[in-house]
Amino acid sequence: MTEQVVRPKQRRHRTRVATWGPGLLLISPSLVLVAIFVYYLIGQNTKLSLSDKHTAIDPEDFVGLENYRELLTEDRFQHALTNLAIYTVAFLAGTMFFGLLWAVLLERGIRGEGVFRAIYLFPLAVSFVSAGVVWRWLLNSAEGEDAAGLNRLLQIVGLDSLQNSWWDTPNWGMAAIALPAIWQLSGYVMALFLAGFRSIPDEQREAARIDGASEFQLYRHVLFPQLSPVALAALIIAGHMSLKVFDIIYVIARNTYQVEVPATYMWQVQILQGDPAKAAAIASVLLIIVAVLIVPYLVYSHRAEKR
Amino acid sequence: MTATLTEPSTKAPATIGSSRTRRMVGPTSRFVLLLFFLVVVFIPVYVLLVTSFKPRGEISAADTWSLPSEWTLDGWETAWERLRDPLWRSMQLAVPAAVISSILGSMNGFVLSRWRFPLSNLVFVLILFGMFIPYQAVMIPLIELVTVDANIESGIPALLVTHVVFGIPICTLIFRNYYETIPNDLIEAARVDGAGMLQTYARIILPLSAPAFVVTLIWQFTSIWNDFLFALFLSTDENGPVTIALTNLSGGQLSNYQASMAGALIAAAPTLIVYIVLGRYFIGGLMAGSLKG
Repeated sequence: MTEQVVRPKQRRHRTRVATWGPGLLLISPSLVLVAIFVYYLIGQNTKLSLSDKHTAIDPEDFVGLENYRELLTEDRFQHALTNLAIYTVAFLAGTMFFGLLWAVLLERGIRGEGVFRAIYLFPLAVSFVSAGVVWRWLLNSAEGEDAAGLNRLLQIVGLDSLQNSWWDTPNWGMAAIALPAIWQLSGYVMALFLAGFRSIPDEQREAARIDGASEFQLYRHVLFPQLSPVALAALIIAGHMSLKVFDIIYVIARNTYQVEVPATYMWQVQILQGDPAKAAAIASVLLIIVAVLIVPYLVYSHRAEKR
Repeated sequence: MTATLTEPSTKAPATIGSSRTRRMVGPTSRFVLLLFFLVVVFIPVYVLLVTSFKPRGEISAADTWSLPSEWTLDGWETAWERLRDPLWRSMQLAVPAAVISSILGSMNGFVLSRWRFPLSNLVFVLILFGMFIPYQAVMIPLIELVTVDANIESGIPALLVTHVVFGIPICTLIFRNYYETIPNDLIEAARVDGAGMLQTYARIILPLSAPAFVVTLIWQFTSIWNDFLFALFLSTDENGPVTIALTNLSGGQLSNYQASMAGALIAAAPTLIVYIVLGRYFIGGLMAGSLKG
């Protein structure tokens, strides 16, 4: 009797496993790899950051949050965080401005649209390393007689007064080093906005025009409000790239203190100073900063999809 | 989203006719503005090109923006000499890593969209998180895991493993979004016919996957080719990819500007060619980054 009750239940369970089991098996190699390379390694890094392994050969003894406490009160790290904030603001403002502007100019279709789109987007296919070679030269800080790069160009077009020392400027130099990144990623934001514009049905424009809306009102009250999900996606994608910035700064300025950000500081501490525990702590702080931005977004998109 | 972006070339003109008369900013001024920005975007390319062809002595501040007085290939020859081997190593890295991560992505995407299991949505989000993390947060233990624990040679082999694994999230995302657009009827029909999971995948899904494979292959090839961070930690000038060689070529105090600029163009050429030839698919990968498919 009891057996008879239990069996069908087991069988049902077994058939369900039989249905989804093979699928789980098929993706298990990836799951194991991601589990190890992402989660286990984050765990290892965290463990390291909580230890006093300050040289390559020190043992990994647990010291709690000491490294973090030191780091967050350290002037140099605060300077790196401030730099990162300035860079991110400049980068986001630049990419959103040009991305939206180009999308507005292109969205109604224009002769040669494909060419414009392709050219605005092409810097994205180039590595920061290649781009850095030329931008290092363009952002040369010499002025006047010795001016090269953009400063020389400003002289040529008669805007001498705009010459400046670019990334070599204290504080605001960070905004200058965002220029190459803006050059590379504005096209991406444009592509996102363009897709957003094109997903709005034409009837809405017609309806607004029939109601007597001006072009400005059309954009302000009909089109832009519908782009807010796209704008949010663009801000988060561009924002998290910005927080991780490393390549372009390394290639243009190497380990110049002036433009140091957490990612370059971490490289410096790990490779040049050989302090794994401190480097791991810097990396963890960076991870936390990015996660604060990304995790809510992942949860949000996941929920939106379920609905 | 991918679809909307690749379509406009055919769709847009339809809207033009009806609204042509009511524009605030006329097409001419828009065109002029667009041309202006086109020139601005091209400035770095101009500098790269003219500098790369200048003779060694001609790099002075005064004539930085002028055309070379005498065109020479010296810079290109020096750069090619330095970058030839690293270019080949980058190719040996980027092609197989792109293929392997695409195949894994395809299998994952299929299961996570069409053969779900309990908690598969959570698993998907956990996989996705891997593409957003700053890789610094895994870098120090990663070096030990790959080169010591797994005893994989540093340089291209270590980078290959790393790029395959960190390519899984984006490939999974692209394939999952793509497979969601395949009508469920097809899969149900196969199920009714008694096809198992592997058969469904191999016979129904895989033959339809070419467009998504093109997107992931291009995306992965480009990002692996352009990677610098992993290369910096996991390889050296002797065994690393072209991005490392290029930074060393251009990094010295006595920079050879023509060779650096020529080198930058050489290092960028493969991804630029891919972009020019297959640009529309490139955009597909781009859009996936926004998670909306």
